[in-house]
This record gives sequence, structure tokens and C-alpha cells, in this order.
Amino acid sequence: MAETSTEGTGTIEALSLVPKAEARQSMKDFKSDQEVRWCPGCGDYAILAAVQGFMPELGLAKENIVFVSGIGCSSRFPYYMNTYGMHSIHGRAPAIATGLAASRRDLSVWVVTGDGDALSIGGNHLIHALRRNVNLKILLFNNRIYGLTKGQYSPTSEVGKITKSTPMGSLDAPFNPVSLALGAEASFVARTVDSDRKHLTDVLRQAAAHPGTALIEIYQNCNIFNDGAFEALKDRQQAEEAVIRLEHGQPIRFGGGGTARSSEAESGGLSKGVVRDPVTGDLKVVAVTPDNEAQVLVHDAHAASPTTAFALSRLADPDTLHHTPIGVLRSVDRPVYDTQMSDQLDAAIEQNGKGDLGALLAGGDTWTVVG
Amino acid sequence: MTSQVSSPAEQADGTVVGEQRKAAGAKDVRRLDRVIIRFAGDSGDGMQLTGDRFTSETASFGNDLSTLPNFPAEIRAPAGTLPGVSSFQLHFADHDILTPGDAPNVLVAMNPAALKANVGDLPRGAEIIVNTDEFTKRAMQKVGYAASPLEDGSLDGYSLHPVPLTTLTVEALKDFDLSRKEAERSKNMFALGLLSWMYHRPTEGTEKFLKTKFAKKPDIAAANIAAFRAGWNFGETTEDFAVSYEVAPAATAFPIGTYRNISGNLALSYGLVAASRQADLPLFLGSYPITPASDILHELSKHKNFGVRTFQAEDEIAGIGAALGAAFGGSLAVTTTSGPGVALKSETIGLAVSLELPLLVIDIQRGGPSTGLPTKTEQADLLQAMYGRNGEAPVPVVAPRTPADCFDAALEAARIALTYRTPVMLLSDGYLANGSEPWRIPEVDELPDLRVQFTQGPNHTLEDGTEVFWPYKRDPQTLARPWAIPGTPGLEHRIGGIEKQDGSGNISYDPANHDFMVRTRQAKIDGIDVPELEVDDPHGARTLVLGWGSTYGPITAAVRRLRTAGESIAQAHLRHLNPFPANLGTVLARYDKVVIPEMNLGQLATLIRAKYLVDAHSYNQVNGMPFKAEQLATALKEAIDG
Repeated sequence: MAETSTEGTGTIEALSLVPKAEARQSMKDFKSDQEVRWCPGCGDYAILAAVQGFMPELGLAKENIVFVSGIGCSSRFPYYMNTYGMHSIHGRAPAIATGLAASRRDLSVWVVTGDGDALSIGGNHLIHALRRNVNLKILLFNNRIYGLTKGQYSPTSEVGKITKSTPMGSLDAPFNPVSLALGAEASFVARTVDSDRKHLTDVLRQAAAHPGTALIEIYQNCNIFNDGAFEALKDRQQAEEAVIRLEHGQPIRFGGGGTARSSEAESGGLSKGVVRDPVTGDLKVVAVTPDNEAQVLVHDAHAASPTTAFALSRLADPDTLHHTPIGVLRSVDRPVYDTQMSDQLDAAIEQNGKGDLGALLAGGDTWTVVG
Repeated sequence: MTSQVSSPAEQADGTVVGEQRKAAGAKDVRRLDRVIIRFAGDSGDGMQLTGDRFTSETASFGNDLSTLPNFPAEIRAPAGTLPGVSSFQLHFADHDILTPGDAPNVLVAMNPAALKANVGDLPRGAEIIVNTDEFTKRAMQKVGYAASPLEDGSLDGYSLHPVPLTTLTVEALKDFDLSRKEAERSKNMFALGLLSWMYHRPTEGTEKFLKTKFAKKPDIAAANIAAFRAGWNFGETTEDFAVSYEVAPAATAFPIGTYRNISGNLALSYGLVAASRQADLPLFLGSYPITPASDILHELSKHKNFGVRTFQAEDEIAGIGAALGAAFGGSLAVTTTSGPGVALKSETIGLAVSLELPLLVIDIQRGGPSTGLPTKTEQADLLQAMYGRNGEAPVPVVAPRTPADCFDAALEAARIALTYRTPVMLLSDGYLANGSEPWRIPEVDELPDLRVQFTQGPNHTLEDGTEVFWPYKRDPQTLARPWAIPGTPGLEHRIGGIEKQDGSGNISYDPANHDFMVRTRQAKIDGIDVPELEVDDPHGARTLVLGWGSTYGPITAAVRRLRTAGESIAQAHLRHLNPFPANLGTVLARYDKVVIPEMNLGQLATLIRAKYLVDAHSYNQVNGMPFKAEQLATALKEAIDG
């Protein structure tokens, strides 16, 4: 597993305006008194626990934290967090959260959404939140199925999916949420898995520290309607071929067991790597040999261009999930919408003085009736 | 100031009355009590600008006035065609007037299309000023004139002034380093100068305006000012214009105060800024551009130094969504749109009903259904505002009656939203939005106090003695729930669109609780404190005319005509459409007949009939234009006699 890229204590720039907690917090402080009502065995439980467990590390006053969700199983999330929260309507959480974050820079605003909520009915709001770079952290629970409506295919379901609404198989090609987010000018894009609490927490930590919109795709198991959808990434044996763990500054290597902590090819630990095809410029997976080891791509999450991050996102096979990169694909600094909006207000006051209502109403051509 | 009022009422026949006087050695000057001018040309001819400038001159002179801009939805419709005609009508007077007028006394027609599209509205004897340069064979054929209407005798009943406006403008600008095309563009300013001479309008304002507008292009500013002056001088010297007219200021029509001319959308924007200040809450506007509401977004975007945040969203839904998010955070939140946008926002309005957060939804109505007539007026969104949501989702509805009244209506909508923690619909329309009239500028300390108290601590004690915050524990008087904003320690709570338990606000599927919550939300809206309906009934009439929204001007003008003619009719006008004023039922019961004129197929009439079991008669017009006073007077007369 990766080292943490951000210290949990101290001031995180993205959250510098959010008041700090006065006392040390524990996971318990973030649990609401509401009974959690997801299906037993749902991946959402693990994500909830990870988020509740991570929050004390931020050390923010919990009254300044807000969770906003849309509709779907995952969108019940805010009810279980002892923070401020809003369970809104289908697909609109990014828009609602944008208004809240843009008008209240002293808040840490989190959006919880699902693959249907974020990518189907709410696709428009998601891409626009990403391009604006509002200070939002978006947790996209992707289970590749509609759970709350009892099992129709979703915009991330693999082609040919047999569901209640597609008895002969689904026809539409799925979205790759990471590719989509990169195309929408996202400044921070990551992917993680519900069952890997350590990885999930590390990604949350990096997202929280990011100024602007962070999109975290979390592969989440729906044990009722799409059980085992991510088994290829979870089963130790299969994961060797399937999972590419990305770490900024490290060669992109995987396969043959173990973690991609360092270059250990000689010891036989990591047999595969990602290299750039000199002909097409695209990325490809190769068996690492002493001859080609130097060509293995070093992951640069901070690259100005999203091109390589996009190419990485395309390595995954949507059917088998082989070569699925997880970790932070992209994290770059870009002007933050709410900061700039606030700056414009300050600039307007500097240029024109603080607004004077009497002067505004009386502006323009006037005449006086004296009787 | 003194006034020269010759007749306090709007004339029923649309003719001008007055006296004639002649200064020694000068042209005749005739005194009029009111004039209706219509400027008409291609949509690229600058007719709206010309009308705006003439209006500003007229306002600063102190006349009462009312305007009616009328333009196609296309930005540059095909040149010289009937659908491409853009016009601006201005009614100004030395007394109190209510409408832009039924029939113009003067038409300025910049091309054959403008003449053809408008001549039918003119009474015989009206003055027509045409730009003869544009009356080419081809241009006339384009609009179906086989022979020149300037020569075939068809305009014999009018006072025709053929003026080569383009040629004169180009000639006046020959010393400027401009192409012919550039010089021609100033012909609207030549026309404005001519009309300004004809009606003794002050000119300083227009010259100042041109200097400011073209501050970065001083040559263009100078050319436009030269064309404007040339037009004035042309009137002064040419023999074709033998008479000029004076319309004295309307001093006695107005209470003492300082006035300015204002359009409905500007007044509404100012009302929102004022509401934000009076509530001591930052203003947040979430909006998506749509005609005829966009000007509010433009205007509010200029006032960032008032702490106003404007968010141009990706769509209508995001516009209201962002506003609702800001409302949760403690802003005075607003979304502005027109009917198609309201349709898209419906689900979020329902969420706001459920969340019980203050939110202003401003609908500048236009012709519908669907895209309908984007630049024309209509008031056919009333039932949509009342009922256009799933479930029982009552929303208060407020409507301004005149352009200037949009200011007060915005403050009133904000009062209701903030006091009762509810979304409020404000129904303006295209006529109010773009039309203008004089407005007595209010003193800031006259404005209502709209301050609210955010909840700061627990409001409920559990059986075990624990102090907690219950987000749905209501104020017993208003039934409003507490507004506790993020950042308030100890009041962390979750709200959402799923039904909530009364008091605690936890998710509840309990049937009895749902029944209670539905009835309580309705009771909250029904119990909103709104002023009683005032009835204007000086003679104890048997017929009542009831209106709402922008029909106020035409209805009142029609009522004046009828009363001047000796008829007895009562008038009442609703600002509050939901809830209705408490005395409305009693008022309706006092009259044998109730007539409801609307620019729809009878939406208020439907509500009135359903709620009060009154046999209200509908009088309807849905042609994209406001009612004409004379037409309404005739219809009301028939109702009185019928």
C-alpha cells in the first residue's frame, strides 16, 4: 500500500477556511442515531465505515461538514453521518452541493452518488461540476446495477447484461466513469474498491486535500442484484492480473503478486508493466524484462495533460476488469470556482465600494415632483 | 412643477386634443395631453434602442409614460420581411396613464415591412414618418406591395411625412471617416433627433448616453451624436414638419418624490437586492438564460459589490438546485426563468416544499406551450405555478401588476419565503418585464424589515431530559420549521425529500404521519398572512371585474373609460394568488356578476369557480400582446348589460 501523500494533521489548503474541531474526534462522533438500512452484506457498509473512520483524521468541526446525496441506495448515506446533510432528488446532488459550496466556503461539502444517479439522470450536473472545479468531494458508488429499483442495468453495466429490463441483454455500451471525468476536465480523479479500506481511506485523504472537485469512483458490491461484479479485483489470485495500483512517482507495474511498492522485477514479484507504444503513442501492458524495464511508465498524477491518465483509464477491459488501474489517476491544481467567485465579490467591492442600496435605486435619470 | 392637464382620463377615442399656439416667427407649437408613438423597423435597425432613448428623454422631462417593446424571437430575422419587424411603442402624457396605448398617433416606419406590419393599428389621421430610401421596388415586392403605398393613395387618410432618412444621415456624416454602411447605421439616431424635435424632448441625456455607450469608439459616438442633431435640425428647418408638439410634465398625477423610469425586470432585480439587504442575508441567484428572464441574471451579475452571487448553471434544474443548496446554507436564494424552465424545475420545487426552505422562483411568463412565443407575453402559467408538481405540494403565488410594482412584489415574495420557510412563485410576464413606467424611488428606510433568526440551539427536550434539535418542530403561529444552517454546532441534522416524521424529522413511512404532514404543509400555506383585497367601487356597482398580474393597466384604463361614460363597475386586482386574500369570497358574493379578463383561457376563473362556487365569466386573449383598453371596455360593457 502507498504511503500517505498528505499528513492528516495540520492545515490542508483546500480546507483552510473550515473551522477545526475543538476536541479530538473519534469515528463514533460521525455516526448518527439512525439505523442503517442497507441490505445485509452490501458494500455500502464498508464505505460508510471507512468514511466515518477517516473523518476524525481531518479534524474539522463536524457542524461544518455537509453530505449531499441524490437518489439510490448509496444516497441514503447522509442519514447515517452525524453531520449536516441533505438527501435530495435523483441526479441533482452536484448542482445542489455547488450552490452550497459556492456560497459557504467555510464548509467541507461531500457528494454521495451512484452510477445511475451520477452518470445517467445526473450526468449533466456531474460533468459541469467537474469542469467548474467547485470545492466538492464526490463519492461515486459504482455497483454497475440499479439496486433501489430492483435490478435494471445501469450506465456502467457491461454490454449484454441480462436484467429485468434487458431479458435479451443490454445493448448500450457502458461509461467508464474515470475516462468520462477526465474528459470533463476533472482536476482530481481516483478509483478505489469498497473492500480495501486502507486504499479507500488513502484515496479519501488525498481527495480531501485537493482544492476543487474530486471524483472518487468506488467499486461497490451489490450482493443482491449484481453480486461479485468486482470479484476479479478482490480475489487474490485474479487480482494479480486485474489490478494496477497507481502511485504517483512509481513505475506502473503489477502482476505476479505483492504490491507495486518498488521495482522488484528481478526478484520475480511484479511481472508486468505499462509502457508507451512508440508507434501509436498509446499505452500497453507488457511482460517486464531487464531489456524493457527502463521503458516502464512512471505514474505522474500531476501531469499537466490528462492524456496519459486517460490512456491508463482505457487499459481496463470493461467485461473482465483486467488491467483496472486503482488509485489517484489525476490530481492537478486548477482555479477553484468558489474561490474565484468570492474573489470577484471582493474585487467588485474594491472597485466600486460596498453596495449602497439607496444609491443603486436612485441611479440613472431621475426627476423630482415637488408638488 | 405645474401641469397642463386638459383631461384627467385617458381618451376613449384615441385622438389627441389640445390647443394651438404660435411663437413669433417660429413654427406652430401645439399642446397635447398625450401621445402614442410607435417606432418600427427591421430587427437590426435599432428600434428598441431608439425607443429606450425616447423613453428616457420623456421620463426625465416628467411625463407619465408606459412602453411596449415588441420584437421577434430571432436576433436578426430576414431583413425587410414582415416577421422581422421590431417595434417599440411609447405612450406619454401630462396626466396619469395606465397602458402603452391602443392605437399610435405617430408611426415611424423605417422600411416597407414596418409600414405594412403596423399601418393597420393606426387611426385615420395619424402621422406616418417613412424612410423613403428603403421603399425600393424590390423591398416593396418582398412584403407584397404591388405599387408604392406612398404614391398609390392608400395612405391618403393619414398625415404622411416621406423622409429620405438614410440619405440625409449619410449626408450629415460625410465628414466622418466612415463607410456608407457604417454611416447608414446611425439613421435610427437621425429619426430619434427628428422625433425629439417634434415633441420638445430634452436631448442632453441621449448625447451623454451615446458618449458613454461608445466611450471606446469616440468616432462612432461623434457620428451618432451628429446624426441625432441633424435629425433635430431637419425638423426645425424643413417645411414638411410645420408643427411641433408639447406634452407638459404630469406633475399633479404623481405624489411628491423623486422618480425614474424603470422596466419590470430591472425593478424586480432591484427588489431582490433590496430584499437581501433588508433580510441581512446574501443573495444567491441560480439561473439558466431564457427569454424574457435573462435580464435579471444580467442585472444581478453587475451587483457583486452587494455580496450578490450569480451562478449561470448548466441547465434550469441546476439553476434551482444550486439556489436550493444556497438556501440550505443560509442565503436568500432565487432562481429566475420562464414557463419552460418552471417545467424543468418542478421536481426541485417539490423538494423545496418538502425541505421547507425559503426559495424564490421567478417566472417571467411568455407565450406557450413548449417554446411557444418566447418574446411575447402571456399569463398562462398560473395553474402550473399552483399545481405543476407531483403530490400535494402547495406553493404561495405572488404577481406584480405593473413594471414598477415588480420591486414591491419581489420584497413581498421574499417576506413570505423567509417567514414561512417555503418556495414562493412570483409570476411576472414579458409585458411587465420589458415594459417600463415612472417609479417613485423609495427611501431605503421605508422598506420592510425582513430579518430572520437562524436557530442557534436545541429546541426540544426528550423524555429522558436530553436537549435536542428537531428540524421539523414548527413555530405554532406560522407553522414554519426552524432554519438551522450548517456551521451551527450541535444542530447537525439531515433533511430530504422522503417523508419526515413530524417534529424529529426522521424518515417516516407511517400513514398517519404522512396524512398529518400533507395537511400541515397545506395549512402552513393556507395560513399565510396576506393583505385583504381592496375593491374600487365608488358607485355601488353590480358587476365586478377581477384581474391579476399585468392586466392591471388595461383593466383599470377600461374601467375609467366606462365610468367616464357613466357606467358603474367595480374593480379588484389580486396580488396574492395563493393563498387568496381572506375576504375574497365575501367580495365576490357582493356582486351579481364577476368578469375575469386574463391572457390565458381562464385559469384564475377556474380557481375562483372551484374555490368559491361563483359563476365567474372569463374574458380571454392569448395573442401574445396585452389587452387593449378599448377592447376590454367593450367586453366589460357587454358584461354589464348582458
